[in-house]
Amino acid sequence: MMKEFRGIRAIWRRELIRYSRERSRILTSIASPLLWLVVFSSGFSAFTIGSGVEYQTFLFPGILGMTILFSSLFFGVSVVWDRQFGFLKETLVAPISRISIFFGKALGGSTIGMIQGTIFLFLGGLFGIGLSIPNVLLVLPILFLISLIIVSTGLFIGSHMESFEGFNLVMTFFTLPMFFLSGALFPLNNLPAFLLPLTYINPLAFGVDALRALLIGTSQYSLGMNILVLLAFASLTIYAGAWAFKRQK
Amino acid sequence: MKSVIEIKELTKKYGDLTAVNRLTLSIREGEFFGLLGPNGAGKTTLISMLCTLLEPTSGSATVNGAHVVSESDKVRQSIGVVFQDPSLDELLTARENLEFHGRMYGMNEEEILKKSDDVLDLVELSEQSHRQVKTFSGGMRRRLEIARGLMHTPKVLFLDEPTIGLDLQTRNHIWKYLLKLKEKHKMTIVLTTHYMEEAERTCDRIAIIDRSKLVVLGTPSDLKKSIQGNVVRIKTKNGKKELAKKLERVRGVTYVDIYEEGIAVSVTHGSSFQQILKIVSLKKFAVESIETHEPTLDDVFIHYTGKEMRKDEPYSDAKLAWKAGVR
Repeated sequence: MMKEFRGIRAIWRRELIRYSRERSRILTSIASPLLWLVVFSSGFSAFTIGSGVEYQTFLFPGILGMTILFSSLFFGVSVVWDRQFGFLKETLVAPISRISIFFGKALGGSTIGMIQGTIFLFLGGLFGIGLSIPNVLLVLPILFLISLIIVSTGLFIGSHMESFEGFNLVMTFFTLPMFFLSGALFPLNNLPAFLLPLTYINPLAFGVDALRALLIGTSQYSLGMNILVLLAFASLTIYAGAWAFKRQK
Repeated sequence: MKSVIEIKELTKKYGDLTAVNRLTLSIREGEFFGLLGPNGAGKTTLISMLCTLLEPTSGSATVNGAHVVSESDKVRQSIGVVFQDPSLDELLTARENLEFHGRMYGMNEEEILKKSDDVLDLVELSEQSHRQVKTFSGGMRRRLEIARGLMHTPKVLFLDEPTIGLDLQTRNHIWKYLLKLKEKHKMTIVLTTHYMEEAERTCDRIAIIDRSKLVVLGTPSDLKKSIQGNVVRIKTKNGKKELAKKLERVRGVTYVDIYEEGIAVSVTHGSSFQQILKIVSLKKFAVESIETHEPTLDDVFIHYTGKEMRKDEPYSDAKLAWKAGVR
């Protein structure tokens, strides 16, 4: 048991070292959401959302969710990467269960997602987001939870893919619908009725709603409800990801 | 002597292609065991099955008493592998790669530090230990991989073409160290190699595998004895078949092997060398060279497989094994 734990930590640590060495990954992951935020919020500045919240303020948690979505889902490519460069063999032949390998990777990816989110969060001060310490302390675990769900999904997909091209294809198929149906850009009750069911199976919708509840105090569902749903999604995706890794021989 | 690896009727098929065909073999504890075979003979596939990366199509194998399919976790506990294809993390430094390995194998931090110093020193990478692997040359990477395989002193160490692309000095270094490890820890070492001299010098026993089957098994000296007398090698491109037929009839010739680059003839003491020379000097055969020597493993290899061991272009079935097995 101790051994499995040490293995998980070793894998987690490796992911963080890799992240810290890839400066461009850090930069682009901050630059692109900032661009979204600036362009969208200025373009739609005339709109106010329901309860008189400025669009820019409304948008911020959505873009925060997007940051996590993109970086976390894309993290799944690391499995493809490890396979192409042979490193996967080094981990598969070690006396560590496949499930631990999955957890090491998933925790590594979620920690990175959380870090990315946190950097972006601090930029939120510029966009009228009031940040207090208890506020941030509450947001961090939510960021981690959202990230964990999406990283697990990404790892699930990655472990079924043999090439980068295949992975990217599947990614685009997932990211855009997940993003547009998450309520990141506009309130979900503006959607036509036939699209609404899709938002119920979109973990990011609940993630963004939870962030909104914490950061700007308005949300569709209650915070507790959001967290419960996110936990359910997390168990489901972790189960699926661990299963996919277990199958990997 | 107790056996540490038991292979029974082991078979692996990729669709129509049979990479390993009903192979039965047992490897003893503390043995330095060589798997030789021409390119694509199934050596890497065999090793992949033994280290639980590939599931056999049929048959069974145990490593250190544990079954490779049903007890794969237990098998992985007791083995170390140096793969033929690179398997390092390029973004990590040399030392970080070793540390990762040590932690994955349950070593404590103190052990990791000491052992990584040792193995880095062995492969002469101590000074480059803080550099990212992406800055390393091919030979340096190879050395680092070997160092990594030695980190946790496994019960059974698999080496798939470990010394390919390394200079003579480093190769000698590594063999010396491996032999020492074997003595000290009763480590069993299973290797595939293209370097015949190395196999001859280091291996206690050798198995030659060709076309997915075990062809012959024995100590290097037994294998060489199986070729009686001396060997005459004749290099030619023309009329190899005809030449072979003529040579077969010469008194004292025990057998004639045709291989890619010519013909190998084994001759016993009483044989008529003059007659051989006469045949060989016929113009139509356009013989490029003749040499005679005591049998080497190379000759054994040619005799059993009809191929000469290529030193320079190792084609691997590793990629194939990997693609089919890990999706």
